[in-house]
Amino acid sequence: MRYIEPHAHMVSRTTDDYEKLALAGCEALCEPAFWAGFDRSSADGFYDYFRQLTEYEPKRAARFGIKHFCWLCINPKEADDPGFAREVMSLIPQFIEKENVLGIGEIGLNKNTRSELKIFEEHVQIALDHDLPILIHTPHLEDKLKGTKLILDSLASFSKLDRSKVIIDHVEEHTVKHVMDAGYWAGMTLYPESKCTPNRAIDILETYGTERIWMNSACDWGVSDPMAVPKCALEMRRRQYTPEQIAKIVFENPKQFLSQSPRFKL
Amino acid sequence: MLSKKELLDLQFIDARARLIDLAAFLDRLERHDGEADIRLKYFKQALPILQEDRPDRAKAVLDKFSDHSTELPETAPFQGAAGAPVS
Repeated sequence: MRYIEPHAHMVSRTTDDYEKLALAGCEALCEPAFWAGFDRSSADGFYDYFRQLTEYEPKRAARFGIKHFCWLCINPKEADDPGFAREVMSLIPQFIEKENVLGIGEIGLNKNTRSELKIFEEHVQIALDHDLPILIHTPHLEDKLKGTKLILDSLASFSKLDRSKVIIDHVEEHTVKHVMDAGYWAGMTLYPESKCTPNRAIDILETYGTERIWMNSACDWGVSDPMAVPKCALEMRRRQYTPEQIAKIVFENPKQFLSQSPRFKL
Repeated sequence: MLSKKELLDLQFIDARARLIDLAAFLDRLERHDGEADIRLKYFKQALPILQEDRPDRAKAVLDKFSDHSTELPETAPFQGAAGAPVS
């Protein structure tokens, strides 16, 4: 089965994981910039991180025949310090023309603060200025519903925003309708403990349809599974989905959204 | 889509195991010393939703565990998330 992993933090994963992804049929993966599990002490840390995303990881992925793409930003958690965030954001223009950069992400909110919101909106403006797609992180657990609503309210104030070029990630049953009704793409993250299980993700597809939606593992340094997408595809098979229906979710839909970036080529 | 019978054949044993695990979790809390916190209150408030006749129980449980406040702090008072509104 060929598939695309549209959200994976491979800087936190082993080379063995690349091999597992390749064996499972992964043709391409996309790595949004994120929080590394600790707060970086200076913008220089992000300079190195952006080099890792744009220079090193594509080579590591290529050893297994996987195309590697990335998104750039300062993540919502470290964006709670606006001065620091703007220092990091000033680095983005140096990297934005690199050949594997798809857009701005994963921006969003973490604890739903005014500071996070300001930096979120400044990131959206960068994306608009460069006509780039946007990948948005929604907060964890109890903060997700409030944060999703804040993000949607904020995005509504950008009159020139093309909603078909924005994906709002980590939706669950209580946020997916808000996102899809507003005309954005929705991402479902398959996590063992938080976010969606495979069966809940399939339930969401059955309830809200299979257009403008994808699923991802968002595998990182925490409790997560790089094989989550193929495992969910297996669950779809067990629930008698056809290979064509599965391919739409794990390959065609991400390809459709990501192809809005001219740099996304398989 | 699978019929109800087919879905039960496929998933009943797994769902049964999860339900027993939930019951055992509550037994465990009962047995251990000390005071529980507000997370357990939210947990117990969510349980009756499972018994309701409605098509969106998962959403209702998630709504129960969500922060419904409207004020925005300037910066984060703490980091992380507990799974239920604790502040």
